[in-house]
Amino acid sequence: MNRRAFLRNTLVGCSVAASPLITPISFAGAPTDNRLVVILLRGGMDGLGVVRPHGDPDYIATRGAPDRRALDLDGFFALHPALADLMPLWSAGELSFAHAVSTPYRDKRSHFDGQDLLEAGSVALNQVRDGWMNRMLAHLPGAHLDTAYAIGNDPLPVLSGAVPVKRWSPQADLALSPQAIRLAHLVMEDDPAMAAALTEAFELADSDGDAVAFEGTPREMMSMMAADTRRPRGQTAEVGLAKFAANRLSGASRVASFSINGWDTHARQERNLARALQSLSRVIVTLRDELSPHIWQRTTVVAVTEFGRTARLNGSQGTDHGTGGAMLMAGGALNGGRVITDWPGLAEADLYDRRDLMPTRDVRAHLGWLMRGMFALDRSAIERDIFPGLELGDDPGLLL
Amino acid sequence: MSFDPVLADIRFGCGLSPTVSSPQSVTQMLENLRGPDLIAAQYPIETFPVFRERVIERTALRRDLKANRGTAKSDDIRQALARNNRAGRKGAVSWLAAHLQRRTRTADGFRERLEFFWGDHFTATGKAGVLQWAGSPYTESAIRPFVSGKFENLLISAATHPLMVHYLDQAVSAGPNSKRAKRKPGQFGLNENLAREILELHTLGVDGPYTQDDVRQLAELLAGLTHSVKEGRKFRKDFAEPGAETVLGVSYGSPNRGFEDIEAALRDLARHPATARHLSTKLAVHFVSDTPDPMLIQAMTAAYRDTDGDLTAVYRAMLTHPSAWAPAPGNIKLPFDYITSACRALDVMPRALRMKEKTMRRRIYTPMQLMGHQWQRPDGPDGLEELDAAWITPQGMAARLQWAIAIPQLLRPKLPDPREFLTTALGPMPPERVAFAAEAAESRADGIGLILASPAFQRR
Repeated sequence: MNRRAFLRNTLVGCSVAASPLITPISFAGAPTDNRLVVILLRGGMDGLGVVRPHGDPDYIATRGAPDRRALDLDGFFALHPALADLMPLWSAGELSFAHAVSTPYRDKRSHFDGQDLLEAGSVALNQVRDGWMNRMLAHLPGAHLDTAYAIGNDPLPVLSGAVPVKRWSPQADLALSPQAIRLAHLVMEDDPAMAAALTEAFELADSDGDAVAFEGTPREMMSMMAADTRRPRGQTAEVGLAKFAANRLSGASRVASFSINGWDTHARQERNLARALQSLSRVIVTLRDELSPHIWQRTTVVAVTEFGRTARLNGSQGTDHGTGGAMLMAGGALNGGRVITDWPGLAEADLYDRRDLMPTRDVRAHLGWLMRGMFALDRSAIERDIFPGLELGDDPGLLL
Repeated sequence: MSFDPVLADIRFGCGLSPTVSSPQSVTQMLENLRGPDLIAAQYPIETFPVFRERVIERTALRRDLKANRGTAKSDDIRQALARNNRAGRKGAVSWLAAHLQRRTRTADGFRERLEFFWGDHFTATGKAGVLQWAGSPYTESAIRPFVSGKFENLLISAATHPLMVHYLDQAVSAGPNSKRAKRKPGQFGLNENLAREILELHTLGVDGPYTQDDVRQLAELLAGLTHSVKEGRKFRKDFAEPGAETVLGVSYGSPNRGFEDIEAALRDLARHPATARHLSTKLAVHFVSDTPDPMLIQAMTAAYRDTDGDLTAVYRAMLTHPSAWAPAPGNIKLPFDYITSACRALDVMPRALRMKEKTMRRRIYTPMQLMGHQWQRPDGPDGLEELDAAWITPQGMAARLQWAIAIPQLLRPKLPDPREFLTTALGPMPPERVAFAAEAAESRADGIGLILASPAFQRR
């Protein structure tokens, strides 16, 4: 939890009592049927390595000869081979990219500040204390306590703020003998607040794949719990997040967010970027497979990062912190199969600071148009409240 | 409602221990606190000046890397940088072990709690490279030696510490009319981050009587406060803003600007009545209750003001006030207090707490993160949430129950009999339901886990 935001909002509670922020459950309007999943790619994804502008006359001078394994998208751009599993989505019009985009963050290229700004959704640092997804929730018709989920161990400041959100990490799994479950409920009876939280924890833990009640021997139970706490790295962690997200979105929830790390590819990018992309690919495939076709048609998954990376490779076959990058969108609600960009070019004079891909559009504009299309939000709510200081500009037509 | 040894350990210390006896009076608690720091000598943690050698090494390597970019040598330098970072990370694992050992074995638990409280009040962390692992050396050097003296000395120590200066961007802040800003216009300017947090978080509090103008003037006064890798805290005259600055109506700034001007302002802020009230309230909320008795806050605030911020006097006012001894249950323990008090009740051997990085991750770091506290990775300069509601969440409760049942047997293979552990952990009057559960559990691990997960253990 972003405790700063929490505290602040608690302290200023009186002055905003009249604001809808403080009573999120009481909104008028029908609950939406659309779903939004926001994945934060922490570390700075190399947009040029993921969606490769093979058609750019300066590509070879910038990145070397095109990799033959890359998958052609539209004759100009080609996709990193590690995302091969997503090609069926591309063909079905359920995958898009926005290229040469960035947040308003410039020049210092710090992960710390870049992620703060990506999640705050403001123009400058320290302008707002809460996250843009939380502010979006305040405008969502029919929002209730189960509408939004922050998933995983990441505190996800993007969802922090005045509107309550649910938080759960599938890693916080429980496996207890039926007897221990009964006794745990019993000891909690002395404390209503703790009892309520634990009861909800049992429900959540039961719904995320494996049941809490465990009938095996104590030894078997121990090894199973050890396996759960051991899961932070590797494949299953991200898939676990995606499965839990799908589970919630199949019920009453409409908005979910989690993060995937591993994008800070300063060295040996070929290997390291592929690894991170495989995680992302698995997450998207898992979401599609776990959601019913009906819900997938109403779902948009969007993956954003704090900044792109340098246009050229560095001395260790990696890339350093840059500016413009790419954003990925997937889902049945998309008007997809497109790379949406006002392409700036890779010639040295076209680069930002003569080193980074030049951002030609604010990534927040795309996010704003997505939420406008999915949740019918007012333009002014997006430009003034959710992304203060943003000009939405022309509709990029992201959705069907 | 007056002093009680059991409550003294549970509410103001590190929990009950089967081998270390509880303090017998408030006087003894405060004498321990003012006496020699025995447990720190027994389980040492690297001091910041020693840690700085790691930063010096990193800085030299980064310089080498820049000079050798693109050459064959650069791979070796990169590897040396990775080694430098890894050594810091492994150091941090061993310092976490020392924190656990101290809390398991100390007879002076109040000191550990105060170090944690003030370390969180003055939250600071490194943002890159080996400096990310400086959390424990920072509290060891800048916080711990100052927790029982005058608040102004603690404030000066922490707020001007190189790690804080780095964390809150003070190092790049130059007065708008400084020599530096004039020489490189557009490249250097004022950064208000530290000034704002000193007023808002460290001293007066967010409701305190300051304005944006005070923030700006304090920032101008602070301009020049920076650090150098080799010397630590440093004042750079070319960053300083010429002329006097007025903060809360008082003018500061000698013609020959230096630390003294900054320290003069910090001392006045430390002695301000709003600071007295802000800190007394925060201490009372942390140690006693989310909704502390106003009379308790008043007594602490008065003690603070009478002594110009002598922290021991404030603690005495708290510990001798009847409402500090209101019967349990009080606040919920923070995740670190929860885990360490369980280790203490289980009397985990110090060597069992010296874990390899992977083991530490599995048993301590990750569970604590699931409980809502990422160790030494703060979300912001305001540190951890004080109110119970932030911690009593489904995920937090699940993580605590999971830890309580799964981890104790790994830390102490021969678990105690749950029926005996009941009074070891909870004192002579365990709640009936917990006693029943301890008896009815199917295994020792379940029995121990249910006692540790019970509200009576989780609250203080």
